[in-house]
Amino acid sequence: MITDIAFWGIGLVAVLGGAAVFYVNSMARATYALALSFVAVGLQVLFLQQNYVGVVTILMMLMEMAIMAVYMVMFMGMNPALMPMSMVHSNKTAIAVALTTFLALATGILMVDWPTRRGSPPPDVTMALGEALMGPKMLVMAVISPVMVATIVAGVVLAAHRTRYDRFGDDLKQRPADDPQPGGVGR
Amino acid sequence: MADPMPMTDSPITTVAPGWAIAALGILGVLAVTAAMLDGALAARAGGKPGGTMAGPVRPFGEAARLMRQRRRTTVEADRLLWRLGGAGLLVVAALMVTVVPLGEWTIFDLDVGVMWFNAMDVMVWALVWLTGWGANSAHALVGGYRFLAHGLGYELPLMFALVAPAIAAESLNVGRVAAAQDGLWFVAWMPVAFLVYLLGVAAFSVWGPFAPAIGTDVAGGARAELSGVDRLVFEAGRYALLAAGAAFAVPMFLGGGAGPLLPDWAWVLVKTVALLAVLVWLRRRLPAFRPDKFMEVGWMLLLPAVLLQDLVVAVIAVGRS
Repeated sequence: MITDIAFWGIGLVAVLGGAAVFYVNSMARATYALALSFVAVGLQVLFLQQNYVGVVTILMMLMEMAIMAVYMVMFMGMNPALMPMSMVHSNKTAIAVALTTFLALATGILMVDWPTRRGSPPPDVTMALGEALMGPKMLVMAVISPVMVATIVAGVVLAAHRTRYDRFGDDLKQRPADDPQPGGVGR
Repeated sequence: MADPMPMTDSPITTVAPGWAIAALGILGVLAVTAAMLDGALAARAGGKPGGTMAGPVRPFGEAARLMRQRRRTTVEADRLLWRLGGAGLLVVAALMVTVVPLGEWTIFDLDVGVMWFNAMDVMVWALVWLTGWGANSAHALVGGYRFLAHGLGYELPLMFALVAPAIAAESLNVGRVAAAQDGLWFVAWMPVAFLVYLLGVAAFSVWGPFAPAIGTDVAGGARAELSGVDRLVFEAGRYALLAAGAAFAVPMFLGGGAGPLLPDWAWVLVKTVALLAVLVWLRRRLPAFRPDKFMEVGWMLLLPAVLLQDLVVAVIAVGRS
């Protein structure tokens, strides 16, 4: 009984926190309203006995929201992020899309025949989830990971306007490197 | 619906939730001890005591002064986030110690306790930044961003330092990690992970070399506008985080309650106090890490070093099994 109330209460916090993201007028509040929403979701995942997944959700989302504060001043040109601002745009389109999606999904939920449970949950649900998600596709995942990392590195290299010739000079012999922001290990 | 978080069959006894009050009391005593030691060291170093009382009694004098101080207000402050940030450190420290076993007792025997601790220390990122943001003051905001800059450098090495004991114990349960150090403490064969962990503790306590976020060169940084009881809670939170970090190192690296003569719980406290004293003492022995340069140190030196440590531990763990 108490666990049921707690589960639904936390669910309400998650939904309201998500809604607050669009209601508040500051980037900081929107960011941490989203963090609150995700922490509530992480707590709900704990109720599903997916302890690892739940705690990792809380960890990753808090860190991500802190990083968001870095991006706020890195990429928003004249730093409007530091001033009060509206968190919404294209209101009419957004409302139309949101309502349509909600109605479609709600209709689906009400119309579909939900299956009854077959069997019982395994003792370690986290392990079972991992097996179900990754089991037969482990090779694919192991191959995709380095490809993804290589893509990220290549993307950054192509996007950066400075090359190694800017850093080390035309003959690549200039030491230490000529960097606008010197690093901490004296490369 | 099933109960959340089933307890695992670990070597630890879970005590009644009411004992959380006792755990909070121990954390409080440890934090005050750290503050008194810092006061004594400050007096010995000849620094300004910052109040009328100097030496080991300084924290009490400071607390009395701050509790009587009038609260400073700033224009257009985001008061909600500001207060959350300042008060949150203490809460995070309390949540950290829930998974630390005191000998054979623990409050919260979570099967992923190591991850729990990690999630709590990441929360400090948000809290320090919010403290800097909320005041709507330039220096405070600079301090908040200094902390994030440090965070980008220290967090990944800290995470991978926590991985090493977990690999060796083949468990994320803190009690099991402590029990796995039968005979040989993890600190003996994972010294790099231990040192990086201690650096991480100093970092998430905004302590010593990681203090530029609240440095005097930016008028107090993230805490620049904190006054009165808000400042007291923030400072208490820093000492509590330092104490919680020291307490968590005991089951992770220092063999938990293992030791001769004394009972398990006493050994946990003795080791915690010893480590806490070292952390407090280091404050005046290490230079500050510049926030603009530390990330490269973290990613070019600490991260490879600790990954190598993890590799060694993993190879040994595979070899033993």
